[in-house]
Amino acid sequence: MKTMKADLHIHTCLSPCGDLGMSPRGIAEKAKIEEIDILGICDHNSSENIPALIKAAQKYEIVVLPGMEVTSQEEVHILALFDEPDSAYKLQEIIYAHLPGENDEDTFGMQVVVNAEGEVLSFNNRLLIGASTLPVEEVVKTIHALKGLAIASHIDREGFSLIGQLGFIPEGLDLDALEISPAISYEEAMLRFSPPYPLTCASDAHFVEDIGKGYTSFYIKEGTTEEIKKALMNADGRKIIH
Amino acid sequence: MTLKKVAEKLGLNVMTAQDMLETEVTSGYTSDLLSDVMANTKQGNLWITLQIHQNIVAVAKLKELSGIIIVNNRKPEGDTMKKAEEEKIPLLTTADSAFVISGKLYRIIGPQE
Repeated sequence: MKTMKADLHIHTCLSPCGDLGMSPRGIAEKAKIEEIDILGICDHNSSENIPALIKAAQKYEIVVLPGMEVTSQEEVHILALFDEPDSAYKLQEIIYAHLPGENDEDTFGMQVVVNAEGEVLSFNNRLLIGASTLPVEEVVKTIHALKGLAIASHIDREGFSLIGQLGFIPEGLDLDALEISPAISYEEAMLRFSPPYPLTCASDAHFVEDIGKGYTSFYIKEGTTEEIKKALMNADGRKIIH
Repeated sequence: MTLKKVAEKLGLNVMTAQDMLETEVTSGYTSDLLSDVMANTKQGNLWITLQIHQNIVAVAKLKELSGIIIVNNRKPEGDTMKKAEEEKIPLLTTADSAFVISGKLYRIIGPQE
């Protein structure tokens, strides 16, 4: 067992609001500097830059968990994290089938699909900044059906968060964790939200310099969703180190 | 009716894009879901919402809305103000709730399209 530093929520240049400097190599280099062991790649409603980041991070021995930040019908952001890219692609297929609209680059930004070297492979023209037509309960169920972790994004923020959009955490929404942003401390969040689920912290970086500003340290055996799940549940000697 | 006239009659505080007030207000639309606003507003509509994050400016620009009224005395975030100034989108604030300000706007311009 070892302590692993995880930033489970970062974007890449595929997200329209993500800086174009968020190239796989740029991300991996900064993550190395920040001594991050596990990165969660969570672009808005898309998983197309996963292979590039996995490849770029290999050299630094950083584990990349393939994921996505899904926008529900209520405009709530939910993170999905998996072990295998294929699971993320399956989720992507479902989300794409429920994601209306086309991107307007001038208004929302470019959505660049790249390879590990940062070379442009294509531009995604779906409205990734938009909302899917799936209710939040359905999003969580879909993620779990694919054996992923479902984490509510930045619950301390007003925009696009579970609490910001709905005003409360719906009962029976079977989340694995609630994410807080670096803007609030763990202690403050415990007081403010009395959270019914474990808390994680992540950077939600859209710019390279923000990677690692928020993170969670897990005491686990290896960087897998199964190990993280155990740490979230405080099971089998795994835990979150606050 | 121009946005300037609407702002005067309803006592709205103009926070950004002072030089864009001659735009004609075609109708109003009240909603807090960005996807709904993207799907259902028309050019020149005046959007009433409690949302204050910067994505509202992008949506208003995309849909060529005449402006955004932010309700309940809420203040737009700094990034939102900056972006609205850059994109020339008037942000207007009011102490009224969405219900009350929608009623006031309806009374002066009706449901016109």
